[in-house]
Amino acid sequence: MSIKLEHLNYVYSQGTAYEKKALNDICIEIPHGEFVGIIGHTGSGKSTLIQHLNGLIRATSGELYYNGENIYREGYSMRGLRNEVGLVFQYPEHQLFEIDVMTDVCFGPKNQGLSADQCKERALEALRLVGLKEKYYNVSPFELSGGQKRRVAIAGVLAMRPKVLVLDEPTAGLDPKGRDDILDQIAYLHRESDITVILVSHSMEDVAKYADRLIVMNKGAVMYNDEPKRVFEHYQELEKVGLAAPQVTYIMHDLAGRGIPVRTDVTTVAEAADEILRAVGS
Amino acid sequence: MVRDITIGQYYPAKSVVHRLDPRVKLVSTLLYLISLFLFRSISGYLVATIFLVTVIRISRVPFSFIVRGLKPVVLLLMITVLFNLFLTRSGDVLFHAWIITITEGGLVTAVYMAVRLIYLIIGSSLMTFTTTPNELTDGIEALLHPLNKIRVPVHEVAMMMSIALRFIPILLEETDKIMKAQIARGADFESGNIIQRAKSMIPILVPLFVSAFRRANDLAMAMEARCYRGGEGRTKMKPLHYKHRDYTAYAIVIIYVIAVFAIGRYLPLHIWIF
Amino acid sequence: MDMVQTEKLVFEYEKRDEEGNVIGVSRAVDEVDIDVQEGQFIAILGHNGSGKSTLAKHINAILVPTQGTMWVNGRNTKDPEELWNVRQSAGMVFQNPDNQIIGTVVEEDVGFGPENLGVPTDEIWQRVEDSLRSVGMIEYRHHSPNKLSGGQKQRVAIAGVVAMEPKCIVLDEPTAMLDPVGRREVLKTVQKLREQKKVTVILITHYMEEVVDADKIYVMDHGHVVMEGTPREIFSRVDELKSYRLDVPQVTLLADELRKRGLKIPDGILKKEELVEALCQLN
Repeated sequence: MSIKLEHLNYVYSQGTAYEKKALNDICIEIPHGEFVGIIGHTGSGKSTLIQHLNGLIRATSGELYYNGENIYREGYSMRGLRNEVGLVFQYPEHQLFEIDVMTDVCFGPKNQGLSADQCKERALEALRLVGLKEKYYNVSPFELSGGQKRRVAIAGVLAMRPKVLVLDEPTAGLDPKGRDDILDQIAYLHRESDITVILVSHSMEDVAKYADRLIVMNKGAVMYNDEPKRVFEHYQELEKVGLAAPQVTYIMHDLAGRGIPVRTDVTTVAEAADEILRAVGS
Repeated sequence: MVRDITIGQYYPAKSVVHRLDPRVKLVSTLLYLISLFLFRSISGYLVATIFLVTVIRISRVPFSFIVRGLKPVVLLLMITVLFNLFLTRSGDVLFHAWIITITEGGLVTAVYMAVRLIYLIIGSSLMTFTTTPNELTDGIEALLHPLNKIRVPVHEVAMMMSIALRFIPILLEETDKIMKAQIARGADFESGNIIQRAKSMIPILVPLFVSAFRRANDLAMAMEARCYRGGEGRTKMKPLHYKHRDYTAYAIVIIYVIAVFAIGRYLPLHIWIF
Repeated sequence: MDMVQTEKLVFEYEKRDEEGNVIGVSRAVDEVDIDVQEGQFIAILGHNGSGKSTLAKHINAILVPTQGTMWVNGRNTKDPEELWNVRQSAGMVFQNPDNQIIGTVVEEDVGFGPENLGVPTDEIWQRVEDSLRSVGMIEYRHHSPNKLSGGQKQRVAIAGVVAMEPKCIVLDEPTAMLDPVGRREVLKTVQKLREQKKVTVILITHYMEEVVDADKIYVMDHGHVVMEGTPREIFSRVDELKSYRLDVPQVTLLADELRKRGLKIPDGILKKEELVEALCQLN
């Protein structure tokens, strides 16, 4: 279930005065089962990029292969693609509409043509995966808290049993605890079910903890595409484009600069503590 | 799609027309629209054309931009022309085949009607091209001010108009996002009969309404927090004051209307190629 | 002088069922006492639903206390005669940048507040220009707000409040919907306003990094003020903060972790430079 983008370009409003190059020669490959983080600030092209993955936006030029098949070839079923690549948008408010949580989560499977029983089965499975308490299943989605709405929105897409789950800034507007809860839940989901997870965020700290690989976007192009440690080595370049490495990375660099023999490719607090104790504590 | 519609848009440029008081432009546009129905002769059209072309030139709005604004109404125009062409029966028969008959009178009426409609649309869109939405609402508020006496809430209506103008683009963008979110969940807005299609709009309309109400609530709170308490005791950052050029503009428009009226009345010249 | 003061402030709202019958009463703010002096920078922290936004809306008299009292600039917010004075002296910036901009042009939006106050036209122009300059948005004065970034929109909203010449500005989670670049922009603007205009600032947020420079921090949970003190005092209680669903900056977490594992590091580390310095001293 790999995704492969070859020299993909996208130009907004081509041929008008508002013409703007949103994606510039994107070449990336995402193998099945990976947890990928896509990072970039607002306007870097990250949202445009992920809308290509399920065919919501069609590239101006270049190719996109899903499972080795070119999705732009004539007769390719976009509907089929959207069943395989699930996309959860930033604001759950944009998709919740039914009278209760259960019915709302059933919307996707219903569109896939499943029977009422099958829909319910899928919905129950999805709601369990996102960790929503059972007492909320029959509550109106509009009465839920921000974090709970987010869970229902993710469940709504998971119920379609996608092979790839793309999440656009799933933590925006949540408080710190809510944010950690959702990210932990997504990590759990990735472990429990055999799916690829693509997480879009503008927070390095969030993504560094979970992703196997980071794709950093800047001005419509891929700036870095590597494992988190390698990406954060370029913390000064990241700074220049309005992104930042996790705070601990800076601390380790500062310490090394002051002559304390610590490794600098550290991205989490626990790692940093171990490393400092090793260097200083003994 | 939405970007193609230029009617109602503002075209920023530095021209005398742009600088005119919005009240002048509103009144003049109204007078111009009325004037189009005051004559039936080619000389009348000639005067109306000269007037319109001159104003367009002075306004510095490119002609191509104005023409683009006509695109969405082409279909409406064609229907009007065809109706007039086939259904008006007067004068010599120019063409006859099967059940189709075209008469001289029909042709003339059709052409007149088309020109009149085109001038009507150009005339009113020229007003919106040269006036910002805010000036427009200010102008309407000032012109309708006398209605306050019969308890029409003029200030409130104008405030609502300007808020609507601010939020229409935001809500359009939001509609696009909601549609995409539902398409990603397998929603289908394109197939099925009318009832099925209407039903398929529910997943768009519900989130859109919920969001619009939320925005309205937030905005009301923000306005109150900034001491908004209706029109009373309120001062204006950009009060409307007639300047010299505004009186000149009024004079020109009045002369134009009189000219058109006089021509329609006393100079019913018919110069036809046939 | 007291800018904002509360005494056992309680706010309750009624829960209703679908027919509109009252089925219970919920306390969003429960016997809160706060005291803000003129010119101070005060932060109110708390997770979503802790009651911090409800409290903030009292400062602008959008809500009035169910029990207890709130004084703003010496005026009781419950007094209807003082309503507009209260709102003028305590300006408010909200979370969603789109839903608080009224004008379709930046400068007209900034002029909205002064227009409502009945300020003469010439002075409105002066105030609009001054406040757009102070938030660094003067070059965007003729732009449509729709074309601005989130951070820029919030700066316009701040200018709109500044133009009303308030003594105190309340910012209710102004950065919650922004990306890191926008967050930095807004915080810098607030910082600059404090220095230039000496205005009292009350910042409501759930981001700890934003409040390290505050004179005093209140932490709220379940409608109560549960912690109160300087940033250093508050930040030295890492476990307690975590129990209130708050996030602690990585540097504070790291310092705390190292201390727990036996290194001699001072309490309440706020900035990375402090930690680096402390570690270098150890060596």
